[in-house]
Amino acid sequence: MTTISVTPVRWSLATHARYLTLQSVRTLLRQPFFVAISLVQPMIWLLLFGELFKRVAELPGFGATSYIDFLIPGILVMNVLFGASWSGMTFIEMIDQGTMDRMLTTPLKRGALILSSLAYNSIVTVVQTMIIFLVGWPLGASYTLPGILVSFAATILLTGAFCSISNAYALVLRSREALIGLSIMIALPLSFLSSALMAQGAAPDWIRNVSRFNPVDWAVVASREALSAAPDWGTIWANLGYLTVVALFLGYMATRAFGSYQRSI
Amino acid sequence: MINAVALVKEYGKVRALDGLSLDVEPGTVFGLLGPNGAGKSTTVKVLTTLSIATSGTAHVANLDVTKFPEKVRQVIGCVPQKTSVDPAATGRENLHLQGALYGLRRAALKSRTDHLLTRFGLTDAADRPSRTYSGGMQRKLDVAMGLIHHPRVLFLDEPTTGLDPESRAEMRTELTRLAAEDQITVLLTTHYLEEADKLASRLAIVDRGKVVATGTPDDLKNELHGDAITIDLADTAAIAQAHPLLARIATEVTQSGRSLRARVSDGATAVPAVLAALDSAGIAVSSVAVARPSLDDVYLRYAGRSFADAEGVAA
Repeated sequence: MTTISVTPVRWSLATHARYLTLQSVRTLLRQPFFVAISLVQPMIWLLLFGELFKRVAELPGFGATSYIDFLIPGILVMNVLFGASWSGMTFIEMIDQGTMDRMLTTPLKRGALILSSLAYNSIVTVVQTMIIFLVGWPLGASYTLPGILVSFAATILLTGAFCSISNAYALVLRSREALIGLSIMIALPLSFLSSALMAQGAAPDWIRNVSRFNPVDWAVVASREALSAAPDWGTIWANLGYLTVVALFLGYMATRAFGSYQRSI
Repeated sequence: MINAVALVKEYGKVRALDGLSLDVEPGTVFGLLGPNGAGKSTTVKVLTTLSIATSGTAHVANLDVTKFPEKVRQVIGCVPQKTSVDPAATGRENLHLQGALYGLRRAALKSRTDHLLTRFGLTDAADRPSRTYSGGMQRKLDVAMGLIHHPRVLFLDEPTTGLDPESRAEMRTELTRLAAEDQITVLLTTHYLEEADKLASRLAIVDRGKVVATGTPDDLKNELHGDAITIDLADTAAIAQAHPLLARIATEVTQSGRSLRARVSDGATAVPAVLAALDSAGIAVSSVAVARPSLDDVYLRYAGRSFADAEGVAA
């Protein structure tokens, strides 16, 4: 009888998540077309919005003097929304391929599937965020180191939240169409109900009120505040805190969604 | 090694399992035989902890699948009905990831992967993405993945469905070796009668979510005494008239389309009598066949319909 070395259970969550993440990254790197798209997409966001709304900063009540400085945090966040809300597609693909069912009959922790999806999408977010910072630089944006670090934190937390929603959706509904609907019905309104593209001072009152409860706005505000000349750290930490709570809660719910999937098969 | 008692699984109003029970001895190949939709895959899903039965109990390697799913997962290997390799990853990567999920590491993982690649003849293709594999190769990789952690029980859901005849024969040779050389308890489902006959040392015939008969393939066939005769009539309309005539000479008469099937103690003496009776009633016969009992007859006897008909209904 051959004995098998079994790693202690407390490590397996992290270990399993690491293996699955590496597998996803490797798969992405083998598809140069998708790599190219994910690299070009953030540049397009920045260049198009930057040109289109250049003169918005002149509006009364806008506040900021340079629209590019104002826009960078908004673009960072929108880029996350439109990327992370597709993450459930991977799960739907796995269900269709049968790899999901096969994995669920192994000792793999369900949480590791969610964790690896978050890790993989966070890696993509970090790379894209760097690209936006780099492209913004020659366009006249100015950065501070704390601002850059907080922006990374905020975008990663937001990635966690949106990946989890998308993954939970995928497991419960198992339909590509439903996910496309999610992306359109949630990502776009949430961006417009935030200060991503338009300063709160220039937005109607009701949008200003709604945006206070909008995780997208929390990420924008944290990043923008940290990049500003005189950051208000109380606001920054509070917004990062809200984002953390929401990301953890949604991550937990997504793990629970496996129960719903397994009842259906 | 595998024990299920009165499993019931309901999906909404559909009852996929309706009190299914079975018992599998260690180190044997056990076949679940039945048409599509009989409940074979559902049984496998319950036994492999993928889905939870509505009622009933099941044990695999003496572990309750509902109470200790995580322990069960450590000792089972599962090859699902649909080929489930990651098409973007190479054969070697698929095996590595699978092994890593069971806690295999470095040297042990590498040597086990190499061993399985050699055993299944995949060494040359090991570093190509598995999407470039033929159906037969993907299925071999599938089985190899199910074996990576030396499971005590291997579940194979329709391992040869969709393969060309050559790959099917190769796969059957491999599967025979599993129980003989590796001492693994194998539960396989199939809707191929000949496959069940060749591979399984014991069989359970499943119909409409229940086991209707169980035993070795020979036992099941020997329970049917005498020969089976099949008579194809030239005209479907004559079948109602022919049925009672045949029933006078033979037993267990069933009809399907323009065919009549029946059981007789001795085919050689019964056939002339049957033909004479039909001829005198003016019923034209297009063909007559006499056969020793096959699993198809066993299926007909216990499920009350021929295998092909059951498949047709399910499809």
